[in-house]
Amino acid sequence: MQKNQLTWMIGGPQGSGINASAEVFAKACSRAGLRVYANIEYHSNIMGKHSFYRVRVSEDDVRSYREKTDILVALDHETLSGDDRRWGTHTGHLHEVSEKGGVIFDSDIGYEPPAGRPGVSFFGVPFMQIIKKALEEVGKGEQARRYEVMKNVVALGSSLALCEFPLELVSEVIIGQFKGKRSEVGQLNVRAARLAFDYVRENFEAKDFPYRLQPHREPKARLLAKGYEIMAIAKLKAGCHFQTYYPISPATDESVYLERQQRDHNLLVVQCEDEISSINMAVGAAHMGVRSATATSGPGFALMVEGIGFASITEAPGPVIVMYQRGGPSTGLPTRQEQGDLQFVLHPAQGDFPHVVIAPGDMRECYQDVFSAFNWAEQFQLPVIVMPDKKLAAAYTTIDKLELKYDKIERGKLFTGSEWTPVEASGREIAAGNGNGHSGNGHAPAADVKEYLRYAFSEDGISPRSRPGLPGGRYWSTSDEHDPDGHITEGVAMRMAMMHKRMDKLPLIAKTIPKDQQYALHGPEQADLTVVGWGSTKGTILDAMKVLEERGRTINFLQCRLMRPFPAEDVERILRGAKRLALVEENYSGQLGALIREQTGVLIEHRILKFDGRPYSEDELVAAFEDAFAVSAPQRVEVVTNVG
Amino acid sequence: MSVDAPKVPVKFTVKDYKSDLHNDWCPGCGDFGILTGIQMALAQLNLDPDKVAVFSGIGCSGKTPHYIKAYGFHTLHGRVLPVATGGRLVNSGVTVLALGGDGDGYGIGAGYFVNTGRRNLDFAYLVHNNNVYGLTKGQASPTLSKGKKTKSMPEQAIQDGINPIAMAVAAGYTFIARAYALEPKYLAGIIARAIQHKGSAVVDVLQTCPTYNDLYTKEWYEGQDLPEKRSRLYKLEDQGFDGKVHDPTDAKEIIAKKAAAVARSYEAEPIPIGVYYEIELPTYEDAVNQRIPALAEKPLVEVDVFNRDVTPLLEAMR
Repeated sequence: MQKNQLTWMIGGPQGSGINASAEVFAKACSRAGLRVYANIEYHSNIMGKHSFYRVRVSEDDVRSYREKTDILVALDHETLSGDDRRWGTHTGHLHEVSEKGGVIFDSDIGYEPPAGRPGVSFFGVPFMQIIKKALEEVGKGEQARRYEVMKNVVALGSSLALCEFPLELVSEVIIGQFKGKRSEVGQLNVRAARLAFDYVRENFEAKDFPYRLQPHREPKARLLAKGYEIMAIAKLKAGCHFQTYYPISPATDESVYLERQQRDHNLLVVQCEDEISSINMAVGAAHMGVRSATATSGPGFALMVEGIGFASITEAPGPVIVMYQRGGPSTGLPTRQEQGDLQFVLHPAQGDFPHVVIAPGDMRECYQDVFSAFNWAEQFQLPVIVMPDKKLAAAYTTIDKLELKYDKIERGKLFTGSEWTPVEASGREIAAGNGNGHSGNGHAPAADVKEYLRYAFSEDGISPRSRPGLPGGRYWSTSDEHDPDGHITEGVAMRMAMMHKRMDKLPLIAKTIPKDQQYALHGPEQADLTVVGWGSTKGTILDAMKVLEERGRTINFLQCRLMRPFPAEDVERILRGAKRLALVEENYSGQLGALIREQTGVLIEHRILKFDGRPYSEDELVAAFEDAFAVSAPQRVEVVTNVG
Repeated sequence: MSVDAPKVPVKFTVKDYKSDLHNDWCPGCGDFGILTGIQMALAQLNLDPDKVAVFSGIGCSGKTPHYIKAYGFHTLHGRVLPVATGGRLVNSGVTVLALGGDGDGYGIGAGYFVNTGRRNLDFAYLVHNNNVYGLTKGQASPTLSKGKKTKSMPEQAIQDGINPIAMAVAAGYTFIARAYALEPKYLAGIIARAIQHKGSAVVDVLQTCPTYNDLYTKEWYEGQDLPEKRSRLYKLEDQGFDGKVHDPTDAKEIIAKKAAAVARSYEAEPIPIGVYYEIELPTYEDAVNQRIPALAEKPLVEVDVFNRDVTPLLEAMR
C-alpha cells in the first residue's frame, strides 16, 4: 500500500476538458493538505490533438514530475497506444504506468487491454452511459452528446474510487467553479462524478488497488497557483499601472489575467497590433511616469529588441518585460518547454547598453523578481527583463505562503520641481573640453545659471527623472547619442561621458541587488558533485538531489538567477572550489555555460542538456547525476524524454 | 533648459515654444514651415509648454521636438505612434502631438498608422510628406509615384505611391486633413484644429525637400512652370467642400463624407488641401474611462496604485 504518494494522469484530445479534470483533482488534493505539482503537455492546436495533464501528489514538497504514472485515465485510444501518423509524435502512455498501477479507460473506445502488463489493473468505465444516467435524473437524457465534456468528471469520480479519496472534497471544488446561473450544471457534474465513483466501487475490486490518498484531518491552508498568475499578482503588488501585450503562447495568460483586474485595481491593459507596438507603448508610458510592463515569448521578444535599446539609451524608467521562454528557434515549439533564449535576452539589440536580466527558479522567486524588477527599472532607469518559461508559467503548484522578502517600493531619484541640477553636473566642461565647438545644446555656458537637465551627470550616474506635465521639469530625450539636455550630439568627449554614465549602472546594480537574489548555493557547502543550473530546472534539480542524498551522495546546486549584471566573482569562487561540476540546462548549447565561461573563465565540461520541448523529469536528473558521479571524463549528455 | 525667473504668462506667444538649440536642417527645408506651423498652433491654443509632449520618429522631421520648447521625445524610426500612444494613455493631462516623415509613417510605421486610426485615441499626428528619404540622401519614399525619379535616385520609382488620405479614411481616423509646409499660417490653423479635435487626427503636410526632391519644389507647388502660373494647390473650403459629418449617428452621411474625401484625395492636380473628413465619435479614452472609472477623474499617472491589496487574489487560489 502506498499512501499519499501518487502520480495521476489524464489524457485525451485537446478540447475534451482534461484541464478541468486535472485542476479540480489538484485543488481537492491541495485543500486536503497534500502537496501537488501538476503540468500539462499540449499541442499548438485548438481541438483534437493529443494532450495530457499529470498531477503528482505527495506529502512533501514536489517541484517536478515522475516518469511513472500510478493512475492513467484515457479518454481516447491515442492516450494508451500513441498515434499512427507518419513519424508518430508519441507512443502512448501505457508504458509509463507503474507496475501495479491502474488504467481507467472509456469502454466506448474499443480498447483491449494488452497481455504484456500483468500487474496493471484495467478499468473500463462506460463514460457516456454514466453521463446519460445523470442527465436522465433531471429529465435531460436525450441531451447526452451536448454534455460530452462531463467525461472529465466521470474520469475524476472513477479515479477517486480507486484511491479511496472522499468524493466530497472534489464536489466542493466543482461547486465552487459553477456559481450563480451555472450552479445547476455544477450539481449535474457532481452527480456524474458520484455515479462514476459508485460504478467503480460496485463493478471492480477497488480495495485491492495499492494506491491511497488520505486527506489530512487538519489540512494546512496553502495556495495552488500557476506561475503566470503569480507574476500578474506581483505586477499588481508592485504598482504596475500599464501593461501591453500581443497574444502569444505561453505569455498571453498573464495579460488576460491582468485584463480582468483593470477595474478593481486601476490598471490599464492594452492589446497591441504587434510586439513592436507593445514595447514602444510601454516605453512611452514609462517616460510618462508610470510603472509599465509587457509580457511576451521568444518570437515576440524578437520584435521588441529595438525598443529595449531605445529604452536603455533614453534611460526610461522601464518597462519590465516578462519573457516566457518556449521552444525555439523561430516559431519552434510554441507550447513546449525550453531554456533557449538566455543568450538572446542578454544581447537583444545593437550597441552596448545596460539592462537587467533575472531568471527566477520557482513561484516564490517569480513573485519576488517581478516585484523587484519595477524598483530596479525606476531606480536605475533602464529596462528589466524577467525570464521564466513555459514550465513556470503553466505548472500548477502548491505553495506554502507567498510573501516578499524585499517588499519596499523604491521609485528612485525624482525631479520634484524644486531641485535644480547644479551647473557643475551639467556636462558643460566635458563639452567645452571636447574641441568640437558648441556644447550641443547651444546654451552659452554661464556658471551662475541653474537648470534642470534630464541626463545630468551625477556621482552614481543616475539623474533625477521628471515626467511630462511637471512644471519646470521639461526635458528632451532621443534615441540618438545625446548631451545632458537630451539633444543629439556626436561629440567625442560627450559620447565617452554618456557611455560611461549608462554603463556604470551595471556595477551599481550588482552592489544594490541582494546577494541572495543573485544566486544561491543549495545543499552542503562542499560536495562530491556541484550541479549548475538556472530557471525552472531548480525544482527538478532539488527533487533529484533529495533522492541522491537519501542514497548517501553528497551533492550541491549552484543556482544562477541574476544574469545581468552577472555575479561573476562569487560564481567563479564557488566553481573553482568544486570537486566535480555538471551543467544542467534545457537547451542545445548550454547557454548558461557560455555565460559562465565568458564571465569567469570557467569551462564546465560535463553538460546535461535537454531540448526536446519537455522539462526534465525527476528520474531523468537522478539518472544523469548518478552518471555524472561515475564518468571518468566529462561529456555532453543529451537527455530525451521517454516519449509519451 | 534654462530656468528663468518663474513666469506664468497669461498668454503664450510663438517665442515661448522656441528652443534655443542650433537648427541643422538644410536652408529652405520645408521642415522650417512645419516647425513654425506647430509653434503658431500651440500659441493659438495657448497651451502651457509644460503640458505639451511632442513625439517624433527618425529622420530630418524627427529632429523637430528638439526645436520646440515642450517635453520632447525623439523616438525610433516608424515607432512614434506606439510611443506617443503609451504616453497619451497614461497621462491624459498632457497634450500629445506626434509627428514623423512619410517613410516613417507610411512605410516602416504603416502598421501603426493603421492601428492608431482604429483606436481613435485623442491626439494629433503630423506627417512631413516630401516624397523622399532625406536624411539618407534622397531615396523614394512611399508617397512617390511609380515612374518618378528625383535627382539622387539612380532609377525611376518601381513601386507606386500610396494615398495617405484614403488610407487614413479606411483606418478610421476621425480628423483627416492636408496642408502645405510653406503656408505656415494656414498649416497652423489646421494643426490647431487637429489638436483640438477629440480623437485621432492626422495631417498630411506636403513639404518640399530643396536638397533631394527636384520634382516637387516650391516653384512646382507655385505652378511657376504653368502657362497661367497658378498654384498647384487649392483649398477644399474654397470650393464649398464640407468634410464634417454633422450627424455621427447617420450611417449614410458617414459613407457619403468618406466617399467624398477619398474621391478628392485622388485628384492629382491641383491638389486639394484643407479638412477632408471630420467626425466626432467616442474616443479610446472614453472607453477606457468606462472600464476604469478612476481614470475619468484623473490621469493614470496620478492614480496611487502602490497600496493595492492583492490578498483576495491570493485567497482565491486556496
